Amino acid sequence: MDSSEIRQLKILAAKSRMGAILGTYHAKSGHPGGSLSAADIMTYLYFKEMNVKPEQPKWEDRDRFVLSKGHCCPSLYAILALKGYFEWDELKVLRHVGAMLQGHPDMKGTPGIDMSTGSLGQGISAACGMALAAKLDNKDYRVYTLLGDGEVEEGQVWEAAMFASHQNLDNLVVIVDQNGLQIDGPVEEIAGIEPLDKKFESFGFEVIKIDGHNFEEIKSALDKAKTIKGKPTAILAKTIKGKGVSFMENQVGWHGTAPNKEQYEQATAELQAEIDRLEGNC
Amino acid sequence: MAEIIKKATRESFGMALCELAKTNKDIVVFDADLAAATKTGIFKKEFPERFIDCGIAEGNMIGVAAGMAAAGKIPVAASFAMFATGRAFEQIRNSVAYPHLNVKIAGSHAGISTGEDGATHQCIEDIGIMRTIPGMVVINPADHYEMMAATKAAVEYVGPVYIRLGRLAIDSFNDPSTYKFELGKGITLHEGNDVAVIATGLVVNEALKAVKELEAEGINARLINIHTIKPIDREIIIKAAKETGRVITVEEHNVIGGLGSAVSEVLSEEYPVKITKIGVNDVFGYSGPALELLDKFGLTQPHIAKVIRDVVKG
Repeated sequence: MDSSEIRQLKILAAKSRMGAILGTYHAKSGHPGGSLSAADIMTYLYFKEMNVKPEQPKWEDRDRFVLSKGHCCPSLYAILALKGYFEWDELKVLRHVGAMLQGHPDMKGTPGIDMSTGSLGQGISAACGMALAAKLDNKDYRVYTLLGDGEVEEGQVWEAAMFASHQNLDNLVVIVDQNGLQIDGPVEEIAGIEPLDKKFESFGFEVIKIDGHNFEEIKSALDKAKTIKGKPTAILAKTIKGKGVSFMENQVGWHGTAPNKEQYEQATAELQAEIDRLEGNC
Repeated sequence: MAEIIKKATRESFGMALCELAKTNKDIVVFDADLAAATKTGIFKKEFPERFIDCGIAEGNMIGVAAGMAAAGKIPVAASFAMFATGRAFEQIRNSVAYPHLNVKIAGSHAGISTGEDGATHQCIEDIGIMRTIPGMVVINPADHYEMMAATKAAVEYVGPVYIRLGRLAIDSFNDPSTYKFELGKGITLHEGNDVAVIATGLVVNEALKAVKELEAEGINARLINIHTIKPIDREIIIKAAKETGRVITVEEHNVIGGLGSAVSEVLSEEYPVKITKIGVNDVFGYSGPALELLDKFGLTQPHIAKVIRDVVKG
């Protein structure tokens, strides 16, 4: 990746963050904190990594993405809109009665959503099922799933981890968005999950630790995952909850609180300034 | 008279899967370390490449099955009814039913006839749990022939299905030369207008024997087999209530939430009549041989006959 590609990704990620802010502001609810921490990873997946066709969302040979931490869908929706799956303005009615974009991802109603998620711990199992289906059908599509670091407290995550490793699902990449915060406080204070790398390693995963806001590191981890044979890969991505909006960064209170008008305007102004700065440099 | 086959419905289910998998390449079977008991082992032996043992991890099994269905397969996931519908309830609700994925869930060792394993393994809540989930089809076949046909129908139907399997070997009573399974359609097994007996699953044959016994006493009971609890055959139930004026339900399930409740829901809205529920009366089971337990819980021919007699004689 050259610097202009990275700049483009940064612009797209900033736009996805604006979409997440826009959506949660209009919804008067939702989860901005984790949406912002996961934005760079999901931007890279959809714009560089995954083989998908927005005009044919159910294309059977596509790579799949399962947002196991389903509550962080506002930025995913924004990315899907930027990618062309649906209109950007759908974000303005996120969570409204009759709207297409639900509070948590709905594969039946939203083009580009590969799995309905929201109940934590379940998406990773579905991702395993998709990866195994690819193996049974001798197809070479890959499956990506994004988990929260609080989410890995769910026992089902480890049932799925055992399964993925036992079935040698080398076409599966589990990414953990390690923003360090869950609803009730810091993950390590609520129900500590560390050492997470050793946990995944002992469950049979190739483990790669990265900065989840650094596109070169995201790229290199996903590129390496493709070379790993016979076992799944876990990418532990250190991130900042609320990343990109100064007053939301590392604040546990922004897990599930929508911005008010003033906060919306400030957040939007900050993100727009970042986009202008990046575009000015183009 | 058709040949009577004495077989547990779990075994008929395993046989049916094998039969169907010969022509349907999309069928994939999952189990959670109970293949020998749920009889998916029959399938495993014949189609090892399409059988996946998930180990003792039912929640993950259902989630994996959901992902498989999202990728176009027809996954059939089996465990004991207790663990399939109890432990994995929320995975079924959110990962399978909400996206209306094409997953078939088989709950074996349902009811108190699970026997010696006792209350922890005797699931008497599965029908209630499953039928409260929007869009879930719930099937409870009554004998070998019905299970063979129901499994085929479940696989052919596109969407989530729960199918209840029994552990105990029971006699068949259906005649395969005339038997026809239609999803959501009850079957009248015996005509009569004195009372309507509506039964499901393993106890249908006991109810049939009871109804025949009462014929000699001049009691003409109608017997309806409801193999599909959801969507329930409203028409056949309403007609029976109108023509007989009194209804008895028979099921190997808690009287709360199962067939008795489903029939009550229909009749209370459409044609209220008195309903007498035969089932497990909101208590846990206990260890013992299946036949003895069925007798203790009043689910055998003489007990059913007595209730019918009492209801008819008022």
